[in-house]
Amino acid sequence: MSTVLTLPSPAVRPAARAWRLPRNRSVWIGAAILAVIVAIAVLAPYLGTTSPSEIDPGARNRRPGAERVIRHDDGTKTTTTYRMGTDTLGRDVYSRVIYGSRVSLIVGITVALISVAIGLVIGLVSGYIRWLDGIVMRVMDGLMSIPAILLAIALVSLSRGAGLRTVILAIVIPEIPRVVRLVRSVVLSIREEPYVEAARALGLPTPAVLARHVLPNTIAPLVVQGTFVCASAILVEAILSFLGVGIPPETPTWGNIMAEGRALFRIFPHNIFFPSIFLAATVLAVNMLGDGLRDMLDPRLRHRI
Amino acid sequence: MAVVALFVFLLLRLTAGDPAAIIAGDNATAQDVAAIRQKLGLDEPIASQFVIWIGKILRGDLGESFFFKKTIAELIAQRIEPTLALATCTLVLAVLMAVPLGVTAAYKRGSWIDRFVMGLSVLGFSVPVFVIGYALMYLFAIQLAWLPVQGYQRIGDGFGGFIQRLILPSFTLAIIYVALIARITRASVLEVLGADHVRTARAKGLADLPVLLRHVLRNAAVPIVTVIGLGVALLIGGVVVTESVFAIPGLGRLTVDAVLARDYPTVQAVVLLFSVVYVLINLVVDLTYTFLDPRIRY
Repeated sequence: MSTVLTLPSPAVRPAARAWRLPRNRSVWIGAAILAVIVAIAVLAPYLGTTSPSEIDPGARNRRPGAERVIRHDDGTKTTTTYRMGTDTLGRDVYSRVIYGSRVSLIVGITVALISVAIGLVIGLVSGYIRWLDGIVMRVMDGLMSIPAILLAIALVSLSRGAGLRTVILAIVIPEIPRVVRLVRSVVLSIREEPYVEAARALGLPTPAVLARHVLPNTIAPLVVQGTFVCASAILVEAILSFLGVGIPPETPTWGNIMAEGRALFRIFPHNIFFPSIFLAATVLAVNMLGDGLRDMLDPRLRHRI
Repeated sequence: MAVVALFVFLLLRLTAGDPAAIIAGDNATAQDVAAIRQKLGLDEPIASQFVIWIGKILRGDLGESFFFKKTIAELIAQRIEPTLALATCTLVLAVLMAVPLGVTAAYKRGSWIDRFVMGLSVLGFSVPVFVIGYALMYLFAIQLAWLPVQGYQRIGDGFGGFIQRLILPSFTLAIIYVALIARITRASVLEVLGADHVRTARAKGLADLPVLLRHVLRNAAVPIVTVIGLGVALLIGGVVVTESVFAIPGLGRLTVDAVLARDYPTVQAVVLLFSVVYVLINLVVDLTYTFLDPRIRY
């Protein structure tokens, strides 16, 4: 109880937190790499890319750095360099990798937002309403007992015509139980706090207790969990596309580029290497951001997430 | 838990499109579709379909594959050996590498080995299995040509070839698993290292190694064993991917092929099989707690 008295006044706290921020290296490194990748995704058309789906039968399987010289009738020449080579259909791998960052980021962010939102609602309700808790948690346990990638694969297979929306949905469903468990654990510990009891004694209705007293406590862990969900969603999307069950192959995604490079990996490894570097860097950046945020927002979370 | 897994299967079934239309193909008439639907029992109400399905599963009848024209039990029997070999090999390799790494990292906290373990655990969560697989394949099979690139050899056709073809895939898969186990081992050992009984054992003049093995590792074992069990989910997901990278004809490859062929009874059966295995492994893990820590009773 004595700690309450020693807390600095609210006006000082934000400044203190901001001052502490630069000390956490992994947040900054993660955020910096991520900012570069977001910039790449947004600026894709201006980074010297050609159309990522343009097929050029005359320039198939070029190695990285290969040049293509087109002589025009009037004697002038245009030279294009394939910075990362071309694939078996003659598409420019550089353009495909650059445009592929869009899909990965969209999937990562959407999945994180949707699963956190759904998980938050289910978690709040099941943590607070006792009789519902048992049923909800059994369903969540059931979902968790199917390995995530396998569940995503099964969900994709059962819906007709895979597309971006199907893939996002298939990744969201296995992620929800993790969010629900986290929210529920916060709710269960908060509901016993004296101030929640006081609020209830004062006659505050349940929805208001949840919104005013319980919800704010879930925000920090959810931000952290959201970044981890985002990282894992980017990975799962790449895996699904790589296996050929994800986003349709015409769309340039990192997983699709790798799937195409699979057959000729021995001779032309560049089709797999460049997207993997981008994929690994992105996921690493998001994970570092999450790790750093966790330590920064609440060191105690280390044990929970 | 197993019952719950089955319950989820009902959900999967409900989200399915019309499998009869998919099997019949684009040129089928409405009568064809109806005939197939009747043959597969899809015209029954969902509830009775579910009861029939569960009943068959319990009798060991997994049904017939739409695509491979075999019973699913036959298919699984054919494909299970490579998957089992890969998973066992990975598990052994991972535990053998991860536990000593984690213990050393905790013991020499802040040393290079500690930083290496922490770095590995971040990398292990960030680099997808197939990227590690291709990197190792490029290095050891293509550049150095020490090991075969892809493929699988049944254990009955010669043990040497079997192991040779298994090294790269299991190593690939083990890296991620090692990352997970080593991280938890480190955390768990660190916690026990600070305990009073460890200080007493040291004060008695016991050497470091016996203290670590007998007093620390034993007390740190429960979280480690738990994460090994939970990590099986990761392992199963990894198996599916690794089998595709290394062209191993196992259950993971079967799952992907079945998905691509929209062969949904097969997908359902394989996913069910994997889930049951996962749940059973975690049940066994729960039961080992009583051996590891006599304070835990059920």
